[in-house]
Amino acid sequence: MKTFQKRTAIVLLACVCIISTLVCVSVGTIFYTIPEVFQGLTVPESPPWLIIWNVRLPRILCGGMVGVCLSLAGCILQGVMRNHLASPSTIGVTSGASFAGYLTLVAFPQYYQVLPAAVITGSFATTMLIYTLSYQKGVSPVKMILSGMAVSAVFGAFNDIIRTFFSDHLANTASFMVGSLNGCVWNQFFMILPYMAAGIIICFFLPTKLNILMLGDEMANSLGLRTEKFRLLLIAASSLLAGSAVAVAGLIGFVGLIVPHIARLTVGSDYKYLFPASIFLGYSLVVICDTIGRVILPVGNLSVSIVLSFIGAPFFLYLLRKRVG
Amino acid sequence: MYFGFQNISITYKKHPILENINMEFAKGRLTTIIGPNGCGKSSLLKTVSRVVSPSAGAVIFQDKPIQEYAPKELAKKIAYLPQIHTSPKDITIWTLVSYGRYPYKKFASGLVEQDYLAIEETLLLTGLKSIEHRLLNSLSGGELQRAWIAMTICQQSEILLLDEPITYLDVGYQVEVLELIRELGKRLKITVIMVLHDINFTARYSDFVYVLKDGRVYNYGTPDEIIDGKKMKEVFHIGSQIIFDEKNCCPVIIPEKLT
Repeated sequence: MKTFQKRTAIVLLACVCIISTLVCVSVGTIFYTIPEVFQGLTVPESPPWLIIWNVRLPRILCGGMVGVCLSLAGCILQGVMRNHLASPSTIGVTSGASFAGYLTLVAFPQYYQVLPAAVITGSFATTMLIYTLSYQKGVSPVKMILSGMAVSAVFGAFNDIIRTFFSDHLANTASFMVGSLNGCVWNQFFMILPYMAAGIIICFFLPTKLNILMLGDEMANSLGLRTEKFRLLLIAASSLLAGSAVAVAGLIGFVGLIVPHIARLTVGSDYKYLFPASIFLGYSLVVICDTIGRVILPVGNLSVSIVLSFIGAPFFLYLLRKRVG
Repeated sequence: MYFGFQNISITYKKHPILENINMEFAKGRLTTIIGPNGCGKSSLLKTVSRVVSPSAGAVIFQDKPIQEYAPKELAKKIAYLPQIHTSPKDITIWTLVSYGRYPYKKFASGLVEQDYLAIEETLLLTGLKSIEHRLLNSLSGGELQRAWIAMTICQQSEILLLDEPITYLDVGYQVEVLELIRELGKRLKITVIMVLHDINFTARYSDFVYVLKDGRVYNYGTPDEIIDGKKMKEVFHIGSQIIFDEKNCCPVIIPEKLT
């Protein structure tokens, strides 16, 4: 694929982002036409304004940012582990992060503001744990997936315990538990924005070095890249991203796994193109899946993680079959 | 000392792999390290890329241990091609070669004109110009190896280390790759250090040979001095006939079962 085609693909994906935002703003219990959407976005106090600005837009932006963060975290982890099956959910990072989140909610319910920091720390600790467990002269893919599953199961069990015994503490944090964007408001968006922004900005400086890292540790070292230090930076960045996503929406699986793959199929393995493509794809995927969840049932909502699982799980199986087979 | 190993020992899980290795490499020459499987040849080269750190001793470049150089500064002086390469398969030769410019890259800047010139020159030198836009997964074994060598050449270093550069290639590509390495070495005045398994190719292409055995330097010298029946018997446990190749001016060994 030529550079020109890759750039075109990225521009097209960016357009998909904008279009999906507009369409998803218009869809819901009340449908708005495109002129009404523009009116709602631009004219204060017009009839659609209230719903669009207070309900739909924060939710869509939260969802989109969650998608961006999980996709970038997936891209980075697949680079660090040099394995295409790595992602925040497959190696248990999201479970570890949400465990940290639950602990915070139960132990310090009054300090809701520290939630992102706690979740990010949890996600960093889990990534380091899995990295250490599976490291032996390079990361062994089998060990990584297996230790990820084990770690994920342990944290999952802790999460269940907390949910069982402290359900009253968690009453108003339903979205955190089920991987949903229900009730996302501006407060949440702005609480998490600095962390997400920091993570995304770090990503702008990584592509060249990630490309070098993909040549293997020996080659990368002899080209003058300090691989061990760089790995730590990558793990920190991916934890920041995955952690912020978990802090907003809890356990959302599969985005971090499938988006990097779809992006790779579209623009190839060069991280210079992979990152932007993943950003736009991740945003659109989550926003679209969440909207499907909002409107598919006659009454009530289907959480975004359920919709994503229905799409993501078959794709994951297909991937496993293609890689292992 | 220009470049060499000084008293290097490597232990892995308390088991000594290399003991007190001293080697010195002459500037602008092609030196080959040979020895039986498991004698520690590859580990020795890995100390240069700093993936393996010696338990004692140091790799010396211009009278200083390489640890005293900043990684990128060292990468401008010494290039290393491992035996097994990993890379995404959907990048072009051009892109792979451009990665050789990494040591010259400033923080948060892209390739500059000097880099484009270096890439262009390398592609011409290595005969890859006409296929620069081909993807790595469409290349033959020989072309792929040439692309990787081009990448290390693009680093514009003075010293090039190659770990078994012709393993996995058929004999046609083996000759092609070794000719390329010798020619590039001569033309660019690069000091080349290779690990090889093939004694006859070692004899034909090397200026100097080090023989490793059981983690020690067993012997060293010019190919004529090294290739001899008694020594080959002791190092590789083979019998041999040695004849002289008039055309290439080097000894040729015909290995036989030890009787």
